[in-house]
Amino acid sequence: MKHVLSDLWQITKKDLLEFARDRIRLITFIIMPIFMMVLTGFIFPSQNSIKNVPIGVVNQNGTTGNQLLDVIKNLEITSGNKAFATKTYSSINAIKDGIKKQEINGGIYIPADFSRDISINKQAQVTIVEDQSNPQISGIATQTLTNVVQGFGQEIGKQKVGVLVAKTGARGPNAGVLITPITSKLEGILPGSTNYFEFVAPGIMAMVVMTAVLTGLAASVSREREQGTLDGILISPISRLAIILGKAMSQSIRGLAQGAIVLLLAIFLFGVTINGSILLVALLLLLGIFSFVGLGILVSASAAEQETATQLLFMFQFPMLFLSGAFFPTQQMPQIMQDIAHVLPLTYAIEALRKVIILGAGVSSVMNELIILTVFGAVTLAIAVPLFRKMITR
Amino acid sequence: MTKTENTIEVKKLTKKFKKFTAVDSISFDVKKGEIFGFLGPNGAGKSTTIRMLTTLLTPTSGTAMVEGHDIKKDQNEVRKRIGLVAEKIILYNHLSAMENLEFFGKLNHLSKDEIKKRSERWIERLGMEEWKDAQASTYSTGMKQRINIVRALLTEPDILFLDEPTLGLDPQTTFMIRTFIQELNKKGITIILTTHDMIEAEALSDRVAIIDHGKIQALDTVENLKKKVENKKNPTLEDVFLQVTGLDIRDKRGKAKRAGGPPWRGGGENRVR
Repeated sequence: MKHVLSDLWQITKKDLLEFARDRIRLITFIIMPIFMMVLTGFIFPSQNSIKNVPIGVVNQNGTTGNQLLDVIKNLEITSGNKAFATKTYSSINAIKDGIKKQEINGGIYIPADFSRDISINKQAQVTIVEDQSNPQISGIATQTLTNVVQGFGQEIGKQKVGVLVAKTGARGPNAGVLITPITSKLEGILPGSTNYFEFVAPGIMAMVVMTAVLTGLAASVSREREQGTLDGILISPISRLAIILGKAMSQSIRGLAQGAIVLLLAIFLFGVTINGSILLVALLLLLGIFSFVGLGILVSASAAEQETATQLLFMFQFPMLFLSGAFFPTQQMPQIMQDIAHVLPLTYAIEALRKVIILGAGVSSVMNELIILTVFGAVTLAIAVPLFRKMITR
Repeated sequence: MTKTENTIEVKKLTKKFKKFTAVDSISFDVKKGEIFGFLGPNGAGKSTTIRMLTTLLTPTSGTAMVEGHDIKKDQNEVRKRIGLVAEKIILYNHLSAMENLEFFGKLNHLSKDEIKKRSERWIERLGMEEWKDAQASTYSTGMKQRINIVRALLTEPDILFLDEPTLGLDPQTTFMIRTFIQELNKKGITIILTTHDMIEAEALSDRVAIIDHGKIQALDTVENLKKKVENKKNPTLEDVFLQVTGLDIRDKRGKAKRAGGPPWRGGGENRVR
């Protein structure tokens, strides 16, 4: 047993040296996380990021309608960028046709009796049309339009209440306060606002690390098996545990390196701040790896060929990416999906990383996740190692 | 010199892959210091047997003793005493010969000095000094195989398993390796050699076992086997082989397809015993 550690290290060292010499693998290794970050970071929209969303407008009313449209047209959510690019249509059906043709991602219809209804104190109504083919954009767009219409209505209400208050001769009450007696103030735990990057960076980090251990380990074992070099290792008088842990170790080091690339990109290129302890981030990544090593070994042992291994893993990995909340919050999912998510170690790794990176959580706040990851890793490893021993000489 | 002491004793060794029986309860001995030719058509069970004897496969039943150690129970003791040149060359393409040898040497718990001394000795003998620090990806198949043999010799094994060591090599390298095998044998290393090259088997082997359909069909010295060939003057080992294993071409799993053959041969029923 005294040799296990040194044997393990020989295998790790050899794997890393081999990897460092393989230019193509090295390049993809570095480029992959950059790709993931850039793509996911820029593609997914956030509230801050809508600009020039094309919408259709129909104004059958006149001046008051135009006033509302002006507010919409000039709305800027990020400074210097108009939120909407408006295009005038003749009717509400024309807006719907426009959405079908995907010329626009939504629209607003102001009916002819809009200003008359307001003046006779009847509740006026505008229609907001949504693009159901694009829930992400249309969700933000319709919400923004609703807010604009509400704000516009409140301004009119304020004027009317002002007139009424003046008539009663009462002093004091401010029309604005009467219209909106309660306001809410938004306060985060940290100063500033978060963006999708901050949400997605921990997810990508956990994911590349997981991929390295799962896919990387299985591919590395099956590649050696196909090339025949695995026989050279297996015929050495060393513990089988040292063999598989040595391979797992080299993959883990690669995974951590990739995780570090993601972290550095997130900080320096995408402006993500690590609010918690960087050591805790590293610990979580390590435990994330640990939780996957057992699974990785199981797949490596069972798949004889590299291709089978890759396919087997794809079946695991693909749903895991979406269920674990790497890209979408788990809370948005149906209950059954949430239940599945809570069986996956990745979910806990990502949740904990997010807490630490975005919210600056300390060890005590992620204790549950730390324990779950450790237990999951220990249990799968305890199952996987004896199985590997058996299956490798099947 | 007659070799009497057994170095390998195989007892009812069997390997099944699901329903397919690759090796069917075979028993044989290999004497210390001999070159033991292990022949058979494709899919006959040669490599499976070798993989079991080298601890790379677990037997379904039966067992074997290698240098007095059970291949099922004392695997590491067996591993310490054997060297393997397998069907596939065991060499990392992105590492140099020396890096490869150092890695495998370390896995066998040899010191850096031992690895260097032993590697350089064999590398020089096989004419690879100039190439020892170049990446293996730049080697020809023959060069790779020479380093592969050095790797198998690092541990100074008592028994060397050679699974088709000259397959796909040019005549020069083949000649060099054959001479080298004899040289090693003279130093006392027992050699288990599988090959499809009947000339090679005949030239090198003290005794030959012919395996087919997972069973040993014949086992004797080349001379004795030749005596049993019917209907032919001055028979070669190839004649023995064809008489024992028949003329059917085998697919991977040993299923036979009828092929044409020399007119002197009878049916596959006449087994040499």
